[in-house]
Amino acid sequence: MRRAWLVVGRQQTSLSFRLDRRVPVWLLGLAGAALVASVLSVGVGEYPISSLDVIRAVLGLETGNPDHSFIVRTLRLPRVLVALGIGAALAVSGVIMQGLTRNPLASPELTGVTAGASLAAVVLLVATPAASVVALPWAALLGAVIAAGLVYLLSWRGDDSPLRLILVGIGLTSIIGALTTVMVTFGEIDDVARALVWLTGSVYGTSWEGLRALVPWMAVFLPAALILARHLDVLHLGEDVARGLGSRVELQRGLLLLTAAALVAATVTVAGTVGFVGLIAPHIARRLVGPSHEGVLPTAALTGSLIVVLADLLGRTLFAPVEIPCGVVTAVIGAPFFMYLLYRNRNN
Amino acid sequence: MGEICTERLTLAYDERAVVAGLDIVIPTGRVTALVGPNGCGKSTLLRGLARLLKPRGGSAYLDGRSIWRMPTRELARQLGILPQAPVAPEGLTVRDLVAQGRYPYHGWLNRWSEADEEAVARALDITGMVDLAHRPVDALSGGQRQRAWIAMALAQETKVLLLDEPTTYLDMHHQLEVLHLLRRLNREEGRTVVLVVHNLNHAARYSDHVVALSDGKVVAAGTPQEVVTSEVLREVFGVEAHILSDPDTGVPLCIPYALCENSNVRAPSMDSFAAPHTGHIHV
Ligand SMILES: Nc1ncnc2c1ncn2[C@@H]1O[C@H](COP(=O)(O)OP(=O)(O)OP(=O)(O)O)[C@@H](O)[C@H]1O
Ligand SMILES: [Mg+2]
Repeated sequence: MRRAWLVVGRQQTSLSFRLDRRVPVWLLGLAGAALVASVLSVGVGEYPISSLDVIRAVLGLETGNPDHSFIVRTLRLPRVLVALGIGAALAVSGVIMQGLTRNPLASPELTGVTAGASLAAVVLLVATPAASVVALPWAALLGAVIAAGLVYLLSWRGDDSPLRLILVGIGLTSIIGALTTVMVTFGEIDDVARALVWLTGSVYGTSWEGLRALVPWMAVFLPAALILARHLDVLHLGEDVARGLGSRVELQRGLLLLTAAALVAATVTVAGTVGFVGLIAPHIARRLVGPSHEGVLPTAALTGSLIVVLADLLGRTLFAPVEIPCGVVTAVIGAPFFMYLLYRNRNN
Repeated sequence: MGEICTERLTLAYDERAVVAGLDIVIPTGRVTALVGPNGCGKSTLLRGLARLLKPRGGSAYLDGRSIWRMPTRELARQLGILPQAPVAPEGLTVRDLVAQGRYPYHGWLNRWSEADEEAVARALDITGMVDLAHRPVDALSGGQRQRAWIAMALAQETKVLLLDEPTTYLDMHHQLEVLHLLRRLNREEGRTVVLVVHNLNHAARYSDHVVALSDGKVVAAGTPQEVVTSEVLREVFGVEAHILSDPDTGVPLCIPYALCENSNVRAPSMDSFAAPHTGHIHV
């Protein structure tokens, strides 16, 4: 019998898992697209550089122009790498939230988790302006977890109505958002660019320092999400079925929620609120490879990367030399998509 | 193996006890039918036996061990449950759903084996779902969907199988098909099967043991002949019925013909309509 899915690993080896047949193809395709978009994005700017020279400069080869290395490697590359990273992190946390809540509308920004992370980070910045980039994600994580807990307390009624969760989440987001604006406005954050980041979501002016703050979190929590994928699969079938299959529901839920919150916290620290990526990317990924999470998680991650890199590229080129923050671009694309999801789920 | 019993089991939601101090024994290697009116606590009891609901008092035992003392994974390899009306995520195919039944056999890294592959193939085959294996569960008819979920529970390969109304939504043909299937699993593989059914004639014909519940209490338990009687029907369901004997097998057949004059079966009150059922998500 032809296997319906790809099985990786044998029983003798310690690692074995199954994947939908579509997964490897889409992963390759999306990775290729993200690479092309990244190279284009690095080349575009006030000082255009050809794609070939971008690749040469990244690899440390001579391009015949001594400025290229500085422009590409110091100024533009970290920005694109951060865009790739936050796209992946937001998408993965969106997949986790939608799987856990069995709610197609759940996502970091609609449940108030992103807003909670932003507020906590801003509070830390205002309280101690010298706070290092390393400390910020921890504050953001605390804020994200508190916000997630609040939404859960306020919206949980035993049944899970998709719309109630989102209404509570959006309400919480606007309250927390207002507090954040107040903090930014009166908090004397000297660095205007940094303040702007909290308000709109942008990768403007990201340096290697920002990337270094992001990488450890991604290195821990993206693999964690993959390891937890099979638990997310059974939780996605509903609490009773999951328990019947032997899932330790509270523990797995807690670990998954922590993973999602940590990924959001890391992105918020570096790039503020880049909305709707965590909502859209999971839907695209499920459309491409079906709902099993071992396939959805990496597919959504690459989809998210591609979306944010493209959004940043668009934001810089559409009205050049004026730059639109990538968070605005994703919101312009994401809001109609959200409307469409609301429409599709109107009967629940 | 696969013996289930309870000792002074008390199950409650919020304040109200649905099942209080219940002692029952489920015969090992037999098919047991749980019957009783809506809201009498059948699902609650099943959830208590499968550790989906933490008891307020007492405990349920599997082979003499309290199910609350067993590691979750070990219990899930021995006892499977199909809750009432589960809902599959959008787009999940039958094969992917059935594969989830293998969850208790997997570890951190070992997530798929030949044994898993075979169990899934067998479950699809037994339930007649091979041809529908690639279809999304949410695009199936109610009966096909029910069989997909049963296949998932079968892939779990447990010696005890608890099923909450596995024949609801099915037409006459598919109801019998599911009941035959459960009896075959019992006769050929010796599995202990407990199912909730509303059709008493089905309960009588396909089970070895019938437990009639009313208001969380056991009113009668025993062979179909002992339980399906006009007295029990009057007390449990508040109906008057003729009891005949099946000419081929001798199992009782009941034909209800009237409501009792002063039945002690509560009419459903408004609050039982409003009470939310957990675990069903409509996406
Ligand atoms: N999640 C819950 N929270 C509160 N009360 C509940 C909950 N689930 C069930 N109940 C109540 O417990 C009682 C027993 O319910 P149960 O679901 O066990 O009945 P049942 O015998 O399975 O009925 P049916 O034949 O309708 O499925 C009912 O009065 C019901 O309202
Ligand atoms: Mg029930």
